Order: sequence, then C-alpha cells, then structure tokens
Amino acid sequence: MSYELRVNPIACTGHGLCAELLPELIELDPWGYPILMSATVPQGLVMHAKRAAATCPTLALLLNRTGDGRW
Amino acid sequence: MSISLHGPGMWYATRAAGLVSLLLLTASVLLGVLTAGRFSTERWPRFLTAGLHRNLSLLVLVFLALHVSTTVLDSYVSIPVTAAFVPFISAYKTFWLGLGAIALDLLLALVATSLVRNRLSLRSWRRVHWLAYACWPIGLAHGLGIGTDRDTTWVFALTIGCASMVAAAATWRLVTTARAGAR
Amino acid sequence: MTNLELRSRRPPVLRLPRLLAGMSYYTVTGLREHERQHGPLPAWGNGGRQRPDRLIDLVERSGLTGRGGAGFPTGRKMRTVAAGAGKAVVVANGAEGEPASCKDRLLLTRLPHLVLDGITLAASAVRASAAYLCVHGGETGLLASLEHAVAERETAGLDPVPIQLAGLPGRYVSSEQSAIVRYLNGGPGKPAFSPPRTHERGVNGRPTLVNNVETLAHLALIARHGDRWFRGIGLPSAPGSTLVTVSGAVGRPGVYEIALGTPLGQVVMMAGGPVERLQALLVGGYFGAWLPAEVAWKVPMCQAGLKAAGGAMGAGLVVALPDSSCALAETARVVRYLAGESAGQCGPCRFGLPALADAVTDLAYAGGRGRAVDEIACLVPLIEGRGACRHPDGATQLVRSAMWAFEADARWHDHRGPCAGVRRAPLLPVPGDDDGDWLDGEDGYWLDGEDTL
Repeated sequence: MSYELRVNPIACTGHGLCAELLPELIELDPWGYPILMSATVPQGLVMHAKRAAATCPTLALLLNRTGDGRW
Repeated sequence: MSISLHGPGMWYATRAAGLVSLLLLTASVLLGVLTAGRFSTERWPRFLTAGLHRNLSLLVLVFLALHVSTTVLDSYVSIPVTAAFVPFISAYKTFWLGLGAIALDLLLALVATSLVRNRLSLRSWRRVHWLAYACWPIGLAHGLGIGTDRDTTWVFALTIGCASMVAAAATWRLVTTARAGAR
Repeated sequence: MTNLELRSRRPPVLRLPRLLAGMSYYTVTGLREHERQHGPLPAWGNGGRQRPDRLIDLVERSGLTGRGGAGFPTGRKMRTVAAGAGKAVVVANGAEGEPASCKDRLLLTRLPHLVLDGITLAASAVRASAAYLCVHGGETGLLASLEHAVAERETAGLDPVPIQLAGLPGRYVSSEQSAIVRYLNGGPGKPAFSPPRTHERGVNGRPTLVNNVETLAHLALIARHGDRWFRGIGLPSAPGSTLVTVSGAVGRPGVYEIALGTPLGQVVMMAGGPVERLQALLVGGYFGAWLPAEVAWKVPMCQAGLKAAGGAMGAGLVVALPDSSCALAETARVVRYLAGESAGQCGPCRFGLPALADAVTDLAYAGGRGRAVDEIACLVPLIEGRGACRHPDGATQLVRSAMWAFEADARWHDHRGPCAGVRRAPLLPVPGDDDGDWLDGEDGYWLDGEDTL
C-alpha cells in the first residue's frame, strides 16, 4: 500500500507545519509555501505524512493511496 | 479519604474541576489564536502550538466530565444530568447553570467538527469554529454567575486574568482578520 | 452515414477560407446570409435525422482539437461529458483573455451564427439541458450584438436549448475553464482546484463541456460537411484549418485562417511580410514561447511542430519582433502584466510572479549587475507547476523561452546594462488595470479561503 502526497495550492496559505513535521519530503520556498521533493511517500514515513496532513490548519496537504484516484 | 455523596466533598470537586476547565479552555483559546497568527520561534515550532491547542481542548472535556458528574452526583442539590446539556431546565440557578449547558454544547460542537474536519469543507468547519468566541465567554459567565466562588479573591483574580488575556487575543485576531479581508 | 449524405446544398469549400468564407469586414453576418453561405443548421438529434452520438463519432474522426490553447481532442472531451452523470452543460468560451489575440472577437462580432450553431450542435451531441456563451462582461456592444443574433435564431426556432449570454470578469485568468465554471456557479471568476475536473462536475455539479468559440465554429462546419472534408487540408496529425492573429512588425496585422502545418514564415508573409528585419517570433500567446527568427521561419504551425521547436500552439498568436526592439524589455512588460493578473490564490504564483517580473525588469531596464540571469534561473523552477492553474506556467514558459532565444542579449544586459532597444515604443499590448473585480456580487470574499488562516 503506497501513498502519494499532493498540495492543494489554493487552500494552502503557507503555515509551514507540514515542513516541520515531514522535513524529509517537504521544504519551504522563499515565500513559505511547501515544495514536495517527492510525491511518493516511503513506507517508513507514512505515519509522519498522515500526521502532517492532519495537522495542516487548512487541510491543504492531501495524502492518497496510489491508484485510488480520490484525493 | 473517601468522597462521600454527602458533605462538601463533591462540591469542592465540582468547583476545582470547573476552575481547571476554565484555565485549560483559556489556554486553548490563546493557543488557537496563536495558531491562526502563525506564531513560532526558533525553539517553538508551529506544530507545537497546533498540537497543544488540540490536546488541551480534549483535556478540557475530561475535566468537564468530572465537573458535570460531580455536580450531578452531589446529593446536596438535585440537578439532573440532562441539565448539563439542555439549557435552562434545572430548578437550581436556572439561568447560570443554563449558560454552562450552552457552553458545553458549543464545546462539543467545536470538538466534534474538529475531529471529523477532513470530511467537512473548510468553510463549514471554520464557521463552527468561530463559535469558540461564544463558548469561552459563556463558560466564564457561568463560572462567575453561579456565585459559588465569587467572594474568593484568588479565584476572582484568576478569572479576570483569563478574561483579559482572551480579550486581548480576540481583539488582535479580529483586527488582523478585518485587515486581511479588506485587502 | 456517408459524407455524401452530409453534404449541404451548397458544395463545401475544399480549400481556404472556410470559417472566414463570405465574411464581411464591416458588418456582422446575419442569419440569412450565414445560411446562404454555409447551408442551414444540420438536423442532428432533437427530432432530426441523426443520432447525437453520431456527431461525436464524426468529431472524433475529424481530429478537431481545442482552439483555446490546450489543444485537447474535442471529440474525446465531448464523449466524456456525454457519458457523465447528470444532464450536461455546454459553455462556449469567448472571453479571449489573451491581449494580443483577436480571433475569437472576430468570430463573435462578424460570424456569430457559426459559433451559435456550434453551441447548439454540441448541446444536442452531449444531450445538454443548458448552454452558455461567455464573453468579457465589459463588452456591452458585443453582448448586444450577440443578443440580437440569439433572438434571430429564436424566431427561426433553431436552438432547442436556449443559449444564455454571460459576461465574465475581465481578468486574464477569468477565461480559464475552471474559473468560468466557478463564476457561473455564483463564485468569483478564479480558477479552482481539480479534481473534480469540469467535464466531470462543473456548472451546478453537472458534466460541463467548455470549448473555445473557434472550436465550436469548426464543429458547425464539420457537422455540415463531414470529417473527410475537414481533414482535406492541414496535416494527417494536425487536420483542418485554424485562425491565427498575426501582429507586430508585419505589413498587415490581423486575423488569418490557415491550414494547420503552414510554416510560420508563410504565415508572416500572408500578413504582409516583415516591415523590418525580424529577430524573433512570439508564438502561442503570452503563455507561449519566443522562437528566434531563423529557427522559426520553417517551423510548421501545429502542436507537434511547435513543440519540437520549443513552443506550443496556444491561442494561435504570432507576434513578429523586429531587430530594433528589445526582446527582454517586451518580455519584462508581459511578465509584469501576468504577475498583476494572478488570482492571488496560490503562494508561488502570487509572490513568485512579481519576483520574476522584478528580476526580468531588472535585467531588461537596469542591467542585471551580473546577477539577474542566475536569479531568473533560480526563480523559474520555484514557480513552475506549483499553482492550481496554468497561469504561472505560462509566465515561466515565456521567460524560459526568452532566456534561451535571447541568451546572448541576456548576457549582454546582465553585464553591460540595457540596450538601445528598450527605448523603442513597446510592441506587445498590455491592458491597463481596469476590471479589477472578480465578482459581481459581494459573496463572502474573505471566507473564500483567501483570509488569514
């Protein structure tokens, strides 16, 4: 079961909690918005990715099972 | 020491639980404002603010459960458990107790919507969450008005302290939101 | 159904012009002249002889692709919408946000019945129950003229699904597909996050077919003359004709109809040829790409040909840049315009495009002090692909192509300062900041997700 990350750029207002909780995959650009270094989440980081997605104040970080099609 | 159903044991427990609930709720409101205000320092990351806000809010529920159950079980006054959820149905201090019920209902709405927020639209969740600015003062009014500790100085001072902090934070939040909306 | 049976009373024009056949440059072609030129509206579905999905088959076989910029196969889009859940909606996009493009405007002001025929045919093909024609809301004259055309057809009973006219906010991104749908749903004319895509859930949550007005005009003729006729000009991989807007340093700027695959040089010659030696062509639109003149001349104007040369079809725009202009200055002005046209919904676009505009302006007008080219190279990947719509990508594509096509100029500017060309009068039109609103009503503007949380 592999997971994919995606950012809803309209919902995102650059709080940056995702980069604090998942620094291995998310970096912040000069304006505070997330850059996803990789869309697929390695197995060991799935829990952290789930936490990061749940902690986003605007629910802009989306986590999806690959091939699910629904975000 | 045993807590008997007679005597002041329950009464102390209720007051204590109520006061702790107020303090925790105040802290939660302040942390909520800090979350929206994107507060962070080098040693204090944003997820800490957000996480504490969430956890303290859940903790409030624990102390409120204690507060409600000790009130209900206290045989000195007869207060049905339904009075904790349906406002203004208790015979004892109808109005002030009723405020407590309203505050509790609002808090339950806030927590319930937040627990399922990934199933709601952001707009709906946010509209409910603004009710926090109603929940807190109503809870505070309940505590002040119910009269139990009105004359205890330190309790009163604590209450005023909480009130001023939340008032300052709420004003700041409203001002920045209005400014952003006018953009 | 063979092409024999599809042929209208008047023999179809095998060569050019097709869309522009019989067009008057001074007045609008009314319903009677339109029917005299092209034949009456063919009866597809709605009690007519043909089944509506046969029209979709025909469009698919014809190879018609979208003429709004994305170039998506129209038949496939129609099929997806027709197969969607719920009654479909057809939206014709005539807003033409691209400042240097006039082809849609030409169709709507001179040949509205081609577009309106296309809308009705598309509506019957996808079994739509609602149809909209969208133009820039500020164009009151155009709206009046279109109302007249719609009324003409109402009298003749041509459109079983009434075509509703809608005036969109005048911003560049408001003519984007999801922005239009959002506006028609009562929201601001700003792009939306997808999924869901508009052809799955669009206006009122129904499958929505959004097509450029030129695409629908082609549809009107394909329904009359068939797919073999449509494929009679152009290339096998890029069949049919298309409208291009040629401007800049050419003798006769204007809208021309060409066969797809026509080399760019020939297109420039059709428009009167260069009036000065050219250094480059801007192809596609402000979200398109610069091609150096020597490279561009032989490039066939079709999606595949342009992509191979580093460009794209876009909105069918060709602007000829003369030697005396400064390409970097022109690019800087366009990027500044695009930055101002950001919907402001996504951070990388809202903050990145102004930063990019600053860097390119710096390079063009102030001389980059040796840093600007590097700064631009850093900014472009930070902005590309990180917005909800393709607006920031358009700007970055333009800048990327400028840095490639004018590499020597960029280095010169960076180290030696602005060239003489920056003082030349600007060539590319950049509208002033009118129509600043996104919304007619005042919906919860700040509840829209744009506030401080």
